[in-house]
Amino acid sequence: MEEYKIVEIKEDIRSRNNEQAKQIKKDLAEKKIFYLNVMASPGSGKTTLIVQLVNRLKDKFRIGIIEADIDSDVDAKTIAEQTGVKVMQMHTGGACHITCQMSWEALLELGLDDVDFVILENIGNLVCPAEFDTGATQNLVLLSVPEGDDKPLKYPLMFEVASVVALTKLDVAPAFDFDIERAKKNIAYRNKDAKVFVTSAVKQEGVDELCDYLTEQITKTIRI
Amino acid sequence: MHELGIVMNVIEQVDNVAAESKVEKVTKVIMEIGEVSTVIPDLFTDAFNWAKKKTNYLKDAELELIILEGMTYCRDCKGTYRTVEFAKKCPHCGSMNTYLVTGDEIKIKSIEVV
Repeated sequence: MEEYKIVEIKEDIRSRNNEQAKQIKKDLAEKKIFYLNVMASPGSGKTTLIVQLVNRLKDKFRIGIIEADIDSDVDAKTIAEQTGVKVMQMHTGGACHITCQMSWEALLELGLDDVDFVILENIGNLVCPAEFDTGATQNLVLLSVPEGDDKPLKYPLMFEVASVVALTKLDVAPAFDFDIERAKKNIAYRNKDAKVFVTSAVKQEGVDELCDYLTEQITKTIRI
Repeated sequence: MHELGIVMNVIEQVDNVAAESKVEKVTKVIMEIGEVSTVIPDLFTDAFNWAKKKTNYLKDAELELIILEGMTYCRDCKGTYRTVEFAKKCPHCGSMNTYLVTGDEIKIKSIEVV
């Protein structure tokens, strides 16, 4: 029989990521930067909502955007054309989420000396991105009407890590069996502290309220 | 299918430990996986067996997964219960004021080396 010895490791594979996330949060707090991680399914309206938020907030804060996708730069182009703020496009080359290391490299690439508010548009996915802390100050999760009001029940962790949830595409609600109150109840079931905003980017509804909330939160971070 | 991403992370970490410990090779990797950790053991094993071929020290390594039971604690009645069976609502008192105690682990417990 082959002689072998045992090496104890006893490390959770996410522990390195979590340690690094703490460091990023600390560094960003010192630099007075509010970092918002936007997560949702593909096609839930992340880019559209981000454009509307940025155009309402860009006179108040210096904004930078990180676009994370498996491939292409369509989102970065859209954001750059429609808002004029600085954008960097990151490619994960197949990975379905952003690790803390990728998040940090993207922040450095974007440049942190001339921003107060950085938005990360994470990969469209309700599973993996929730498991890897990006070092963001807060997580904004979108739930669009066509996805159904039951998603918080099906994807627990995504709604547990959210500080804010935006229900999107409310303009098409009549065509779907989507109940706002049921959605709110399902979100509260997962996370009673999550703030919920009901929005329609097309009808420009609810976006101002979300902006007011973000303004308050960003101001808290940058005025400390 | 996020198991591959997690496997790559595990393999990198083990390969580093192996290099630091100056071993010849790793023969076994023992991991603790919580039953509500979102890792599917079969997919994880398949991904491991595919990815280990590209490593320096793990080419012949076997993977052993120890599955840990998910247990939730109730702050109101101080009881515990199996998470998989009852999820967030305490079966003893009906409270939702509960939190997961064990079951979300994705931990490298130890490795066997020669």
